[in-house]
Amino acid sequence: MDLTTTLTGFVALYIFMLAAFTGYEIIGRVPAILHTPLMSGSNFVHGIVVVGAMYALLNATSTVEQVIGFIGVLLGAGNAAGGYVVTERMLEMFKPSDKKSDNAKK
Amino acid sequence: MNLQPQLIIDASYFAAAFLFIYGLKRMSSPVTARSGIVVAGVGMLVATLASFLYVFGVNEAAQPHLTTNIILAATALGVGTLWAWWSGKRVAMTAMPQMVALYNGMGGGAAAAIAAVELLRTSATHTTIPLIVTIVGALIGSVSLSGSLIAWAKLDGKINGTWRVKGQQVINGALFLLTLGLGLFIVFAEHGHASPQVVAVFFGLALIFGVLMTMPIGGADMPVVISLYNAFTGLAVGFEGYVLQNPALMIAGMVVGSAGTLLTLLMAKAMNRSVSNVIFSNFGATGDESQGEIKGTMKAAEAGDAAVNMRYASKVIFAPGYGLAVAQAQHKLFEFVKLLTDAGVEVKFAIHPVAGRMPGHMNVLLAEAGVPYDMIYDLEDINEEFKEADVAVVIGANDTVNPAARTNKSSPIYGMPILNVDQARQVYVIKRGQGKGYSGVENELFFADNTSMVYGDAQKVMVAMIQAVKQLEGGH
Repeated sequence: MDLTTTLTGFVALYIFMLAAFTGYEIIGRVPAILHTPLMSGSNFVHGIVVVGAMYALLNATSTVEQVIGFIGVLLGAGNAAGGYVVTERMLEMFKPSDKKSDNAKK
Repeated sequence: MNLQPQLIIDASYFAAAFLFIYGLKRMSSPVTARSGIVVAGVGMLVATLASFLYVFGVNEAAQPHLTTNIILAATALGVGTLWAWWSGKRVAMTAMPQMVALYNGMGGGAAAAIAAVELLRTSATHTTIPLIVTIVGALIGSVSLSGSLIAWAKLDGKINGTWRVKGQQVINGALFLLTLGLGLFIVFAEHGHASPQVVAVFFGLALIFGVLMTMPIGGADMPVVISLYNAFTGLAVGFEGYVLQNPALMIAGMVVGSAGTLLTLLMAKAMNRSVSNVIFSNFGATGDESQGEIKGTMKAAEAGDAAVNMRYASKVIFAPGYGLAVAQAQHKLFEFVKLLTDAGVEVKFAIHPVAGRMPGHMNVLLAEAGVPYDMIYDLEDINEEFKEADVAVVIGANDTVNPAARTNKSSPIYGMPILNVDQARQVYVIKRGQGKGYSGVENELFFADNTSMVYGDAQKVMVAMIQAVKQLEGGH
């Protein structure tokens, strides 16, 4: 792989460590009412795996790789799109209670 | 390789990583939560569109297949997105947890697929560390895929009950070691050039392990399990991101991995169980024989009588459970509650941490019905108040109000914090039939002296109660 960035050894470990702390800090102070939407939201975020599957599929050289890559992109896209829709629908309900002003705008 | 497209890809991934973290941060407060998912969604869109630029930098070996691959990629992306969009829009709010499980399993499957392609790419030269990471990611991703599918099927009622054999933990342990051993064989003996058959067996074993690991876990513990698999998928994505040298996958995967782990621990804590307890102990396995005889009898009450009783009470606390949501009775319940508050009754909602199917699920369902936040209380905040309440109403909840969790050491739910509804002067339990709760445990609350059962579909009961109170008002 000849990408311009190389993320080997300790650089990769630093990324993992900082990302782990970030995730911990974000969830640490969340009220219980948001646990379900946040689980769904983080479920959406790992849908980014679709990008990796795209890379694998576009670089496929054999039929087997193409089939597995196809499944990977299919599943990854489902993870991302489904995670988004479900999370958005849940969070839609967390609108402020003054619905009247909302309707008036429409 | 052409530098320009790669630069755009890198910049897009950087933007995506920022937008994910910023979006998750906004999602952690009710006020900004809605915009948070939109922010993260923009990040996903940018990254996915940019990934098509890989076309300009594919390996020489893949050049002849490029047109086919592009068509395949666009098709998979389109079909996967449309199907998930359609199914996500259609699913009922009550079925949300199993949908999250399903989408999560798909993500784990995608991570496993990346690993599979990597392991089957015979042309590639593999070094040891990326290879180990590939194998670990493949194992976690596969377990997350098959485990999440089982969790989905269980919550969706497609698989009923739990499935256990004697010595299951030994079998699972042996299977895990076998899978891990085969993975190490691929790394150290074959140096990543194992035959496709060996790779297939490895993935097969990992998938079977995910199934066997999830099957014995009872339905009541499923939320913790889904959250755990969510963290698993995050880790698998992060690891495969390292293998592909893709920082967006590494960061997003690891953020979810740690956030999901913490969320899992918080949920397990809310149920007063440790995560290892959830996975390795056979919840509810003690069965009926260990439960003592329950004294007393169940008393039935009419919905109308109960409603009138509540109308003249000074303080009423509702303890809603999943049954309320199944009956789609939230809206009728809130209508009834408004009648009570108009009559000057103090009404509160008590939410058990695991009411519904996931922590916070019941809050979402009540919010859907328009119940304001200031009427909804968490378990710790309201448990002391049941003593002063005239009436406690249990709607479609069971295990979360079972006093056996406090007193009966032989009960499988012993130690779980419960709502102290039994301390209210009068308890009404609205319930469809005399069945047991999700954990399969008999509930002695139903037999208590101060408890009356209101049998019937929650929605019909609420309608009857509304009518009873309205008639009362009309009669004056």
